[in-house]
Amino acid sequence: MSSLSVHGSSGLFLAAGSGEKKSTLLKQVAASARLASVQPASRLEVRPKPEMISTGIPAIDAISGGIPRGCLSEIYGPPSSGKTSLLLATIAVAARSEETCALVDCSDSFDPASGWAAGLHFKRLLWVRCGIAPKTGIRHSRQSPIFPRPVSASDKKTDSEFRLEQVIKATDLILQSGGFGLVALDLGGIGETFVRRIPMASWFRFQRAVEHTKTALLVLSDTPCAQSCATLILKLGARNQKSLPLVPWGAPTHTLLFEGMRVEAEIVRTRLERKPAQSLRADFLTEGVRAA
Amino acid sequence: MSFGCIFVPDFSLEAILRAEPELRSQAVVVLQGKPPLQKIVALNEAAWKAGLRTGMTKLQAEVAGGVVLRSRSAEQESAAHQALVDCAQSFSPRVEDRAADTLWLDLAGLEKLFGSLPKIVHAISRRASAVGLTANVAVASSLESAGLAAHGFRGVTVVPPGEEAEFLGGLPVTVLFADEADRGKAQQFEETFRSWGIGKLRDFAALPAAALSERLGREGVELQQKALGRGRQTLAPSDAPLVFEEMLELEYPLVLLEPLAFVLNRMLERLCARLEARALAARELSIELRLENGRLDPAHKGGFRRSIRLPVPLVDGKTFLKLLQLDLKAHPPGSPIRKILLRIEPSSPRPGQNGLFLPCFPEPEKLELTLARLSAVLGEGRAGSPQLLNTHRREAFEMQHFSPPLEKDDPGHDAGDLVTALRIFRPAIPVAVACRAGQPAHVASKKRCRQVEGDVLWATGPWRSSGDWWAQDGWVRDEWDIAVEENIGIVLYRLVHDLVAGEWRLEGSYD
Repeated sequence: MSSLSVHGSSGLFLAAGSGEKKSTLLKQVAASARLASVQPASRLEVRPKPEMISTGIPAIDAISGGIPRGCLSEIYGPPSSGKTSLLLATIAVAARSEETCALVDCSDSFDPASGWAAGLHFKRLLWVRCGIAPKTGIRHSRQSPIFPRPVSASDKKTDSEFRLEQVIKATDLILQSGGFGLVALDLGGIGETFVRRIPMASWFRFQRAVEHTKTALLVLSDTPCAQSCATLILKLGARNQKSLPLVPWGAPTHTLLFEGMRVEAEIVRTRLERKPAQSLRADFLTEGVRAA
Repeated sequence: MSFGCIFVPDFSLEAILRAEPELRSQAVVVLQGKPPLQKIVALNEAAWKAGLRTGMTKLQAEVAGGVVLRSRSAEQESAAHQALVDCAQSFSPRVEDRAADTLWLDLAGLEKLFGSLPKIVHAISRRASAVGLTANVAVASSLESAGLAAHGFRGVTVVPPGEEAEFLGGLPVTVLFADEADRGKAQQFEETFRSWGIGKLRDFAALPAAALSERLGREGVELQQKALGRGRQTLAPSDAPLVFEEMLELEYPLVLLEPLAFVLNRMLERLCARLEARALAARELSIELRLENGRLDPAHKGGFRRSIRLPVPLVDGKTFLKLLQLDLKAHPPGSPIRKILLRIEPSSPRPGQNGLFLPCFPEPEKLELTLARLSAVLGEGRAGSPQLLNTHRREAFEMQHFSPPLEKDDPGHDAGDLVTALRIFRPAIPVAVACRAGQPAHVASKKRCRQVEGDVLWATGPWRSSGDWWAQDGWVRDEWDIAVEENIGIVLYRLVHDLVAGEWRLEGSYD
């Protein structure tokens, strides 16, 4: 009885205890042209590290190196976790180094006054505000009539769905345009159920669009959404909110100032290193607008 | 001295064929006059073969069958003339503009720039074709010889210097009156020449000057000098204002934007060819549409106007077309279109190369298209650069057109610290606030769309501000920074008490 038995149409199975035949077969396999073309894992070229954009926060730059260009990065955290402060700081640094930046604002929540306080150079920032339907009412028409057509009831969607649709369209347009140093998608304030509905194909498309370009794509959300498409995922959370000073009722509150937030950042995922990422943590302090 | 002459035969017909090039393969006649008495003033070869002649009536042209009838258009002739001037100006700055269909240009010293005279003449002919006109081009050592050769010979002609009389001798004497200025004399002299049996310039040039002077006077001698190629040697350059306009009157009204795009594309191609001939670029693009039904916009008297201001000068017909399409999609005219007028405000082109050490930025052409497409998706004024206004009122900013500076510039303010950013709720969330000892103790949102409810753990404030008390929309408000315990954790909000309206609102969250 032969020690070599064939299972199925393509698989080979070696029975135990047939040393000679096993070694012969292994030699045959090793000599085959197909195997010779396979590169051993030990000899694979190390992917060059992408160029990084500084976040403007030394603690974050120390653990992540910054935001990688040509990649999709994600920052997430619950409300009041400091993610918007980090985003504004990153855009401010990029815009001050003459990069053209775009902010696709899903919930139309960007505060220009905060941007100004963060040192943002507005002339280099394209702020895309989602949320309002164009008045022409020709969104879904196949032809473009000269006569305006009212939006039918079937065209109506929920607010969040409509905003996300606009975000995807606007991001596609901006990435296709090219030449932007930093493109930020702010999905904060949009419910998890809606954010998770963004198809993976869209994230893959965005990732492919920025690959091999100088553009860094940064996604900001309350919950993680880009998953495996993201090269770097940072999780933020406020550290000291549990220990907020409790003021006795009746005490003069106008003598207190909201001095800022202590934010803790953790790298959840990175594909920049060959080794699996350790759970790197850092914390930084944001300054309150009134204290500033 | 060398002079060139560009002459467009059947100019009124060429102006129409330039606007509708697909008619070149068909029999076309141009009619002029009031409707019952319209007569043919110009026709092409195919119409000639169909038996039509100038002076025939519209009815006779219709009887011939298969002939395209077009009315003479002053706007199209003006645009064609401007294109002809651009064509000439692209070779020489000294151009004499004496007639709509004829231009003279001084070619002295241009050999070093464009090559020999035959090369220049061929280049002029090609440029005229590029702007949509079929022209006769001639070059000679005198203005009159160049003019006679352009009027008498088809295509490109180079008159050998010193042999003008022999070269032009075979032309009929009628070319002497081809200029618009001389057309008045034609009837008087042609009759005389016929009675003398003179048909060619050679015969006329051979007449004794003294006898000619006795019979025809000074004008006769001048005509003979012209026939001998010894006319005037001085060119009177014209400096007409630059007008980049194209007009098209449609045979049938257009009701869809797709067919309009085809028409606009053709007009933009012609305008861009003219801009390139002048080494200029477009700074502003305007479209004016004459609508069939002008009731939609009485302020415009049946017209529709849109203007697109470009942040950088561009010469790209496809970009212009896309911008116009997106603009018309966003602002539909509302009535069928009868007449289209495109106008371009010219400007010097932008320098091709920017700083070597500057980071990359979006190409201006692509960026303009992207902004126009974003406006189509999001609505007008929803994509741009924010600009803070000089007031303490909250949400005081305006959106400006996004055009990033191409060179290094100063942001105008210092690099800020790492501030706690505020996420604005647009619109603000109205809340019911329970106060204890003058401080907010519990907040609950009034609308179900955004659920905020919880006890206030910590609060600072109130910070009172007011403004615009001298105007109708004065405001007074108390601001609180509060920490609210919710299901998702502790969230920091900015709470506002509007003292004018007496309402509490959550204006944003710190994040």
